Amino acid sequence: MAKKIQETDQSIAKKLGMGLLYLVLTIVAIFQIYPLVWLLMFSLKSNSEVFGLSPFALPEDPKWENYARVWTDGNINLYFFNSVWITLASVLLTVLLASFVTFAITRMHWKFNKLVLGLFMVGLMIPIHSALIPLFDFFLKLGLVDHPLSIILSYTAFNLPLTIMILLGFYYTLPREIEEAAVVDGCSVHRIFFQITLPMTSPVIATTAIINMIYNWNEFVFVNTFISSDKYKTLTVGIQNFIGQYLTDWGAIGATLMISIIPILIAFLILSNRIVEGIAAGSVKG
Amino acid sequence: MNKVMSNKLVIALYVLPALILIVALIYVPIILTGYYGLMDWNGIGAMTFIGLENYTELLQDAKFWQSAKHSFLLALFSSLSLIIYLLISLVLAGKIKGANLLRKIYLIPMLLSSVAIAQLWLKIYDPNNGILNSLLEVLGVENTPTWLADPDLVLYAIFVAILWQYAGFYIIIYYAALKGIPESLVEAAKIDGANPIQIAYKIKVPLIAGVIKVTIVLAIVGSLKYFDLIYVMTGGGPNGASEVIASYMYRQAFGSYNFGYGSAVAFFLLIITLIVTWLIRKLTASEDEVQY
Repeated sequence: MAKKIQETDQSIAKKLGMGLLYLVLTIVAIFQIYPLVWLLMFSLKSNSEVFGLSPFALPEDPKWENYARVWTDGNINLYFFNSVWITLASVLLTVLLASFVTFAITRMHWKFNKLVLGLFMVGLMIPIHSALIPLFDFFLKLGLVDHPLSIILSYTAFNLPLTIMILLGFYYTLPREIEEAAVVDGCSVHRIFFQITLPMTSPVIATTAIINMIYNWNEFVFVNTFISSDKYKTLTVGIQNFIGQYLTDWGAIGATLMISIIPILIAFLILSNRIVEGIAAGSVKG
Repeated sequence: MNKVMSNKLVIALYVLPALILIVALIYVPIILTGYYGLMDWNGIGAMTFIGLENYTELLQDAKFWQSAKHSFLLALFSSLSLIIYLLISLVLAGKIKGANLLRKIYLIPMLLSSVAIAQLWLKIYDPNNGILNSLLEVLGVENTPTWLADPDLVLYAIFVAILWQYAGFYIIIYYAALKGIPESLVEAAKIDGANPIQIAYKIKVPLIAGVIKVTIVLAIVGSLKYFDLIYVMTGGGPNGASEVIASYMYRQAFGSYNFGYGSAVAFFLLIITLIVTWLIRKLTASEDEVQY
């Protein structure tokens, strides 16, 4: 009898303990998610609601027109499409060049293979600020300051090391039999690369592409430094400008921020497993 | 086989474009940064060689050391916060229902741009209409702080936003590492009568020591180069109270057109980053890496 009571005591303690753990995990989840919920709410409010009512109140009558207003009047549509095409161009270039290099390093035979790999891996540790001034000067001399090519090339160069690192892990585990058979059959290297290796590595290409997409979409320093005209600015710098002009218009600011993060949130809803995998695999980059 | 796969022309074609890009846009610039650091240069006109003058000025520049102090403080806070992330991950990687969903929720802020995060937290810290002070008022706090305008609080306030941004990142890394520990090891310890806390402390944490080491490097090096968030939230203010090395460098170069002096700061940032990385790797290197 005494033993039984002790057992139930233990199981109650265990349940309490588990309940406490869940409580902590839930509080952390709320801390992580509530600011974004709050952002959504004030993006739908009018200024009188923001300044007159409690910040915790739900929007009385959702002002979707905040979004329409900033989209056209605030140039956000222009910045948005700049972000889209500059991100896509950089991602394509990065993933293609990184695949070439990873293929050459893991599949082909040459002398300086390890040295070149080392150069790419050390690149992971270089802070962009340490290269920024000469880069600016370099693009200035080439006439590429205030030209989208300067940011596309910078994104590609600085994301190549991480992309190659993630690709390497996959290439090493991939069986080589199919490629070897293709060589025996007299296939050219290009055909092997484009028709066999690239399709076989498509899962990891998807992972690196989505990680690159997130990094490029969010990048700020290069655009802020190299681009001065509105027609080439991307969202991060664009919303900075916009907010500078509409300091007290919370609804407009909220709508702008929401527009800038919605594509990322949608990508995360669809591809969360890939993103998690890519973040874990590419954790060397902070 | 070897002949096709050692075609020099193809190798050059595949490797050179990427190699030229990283050499031209990463390696040559960092060397030039060190070189420009020896110059008096406004970015547009001619450069004048002044030897180590910028570097000796740097050593005596109180504003620079103040920003370096802030960078190191952030590095210290970030490393300490790893303990919290590790504890959360240990709980999460136990038999928790919904762990997968929770870790994804934790990760969301990390995916957003630092600019958006900075703008959002500017609103959260707004002294009159932000949620933080409104919450404090509900709780009965009078004289609520002005957060980002208060030189004594601004760095901590920024750090909370950084915590929010990166928590999910580290939790994802620890969670993945903890899930990689073979179940048999944990079971064996359970049979030997170890309680969950002993299992966590004596088995799980030592087994993922390698990953923990990597995250310490990430947290410290990442903190030393923080820029976007601080630049947007406070611009280093009020009166330098949240200035960090990277924002100081940016202000010197692109704000005051002291490109020579800015380069010296940038070069210092590079050297300190490399030294710290090397030092941590060295200090935490264990003779016998844990195998399982």
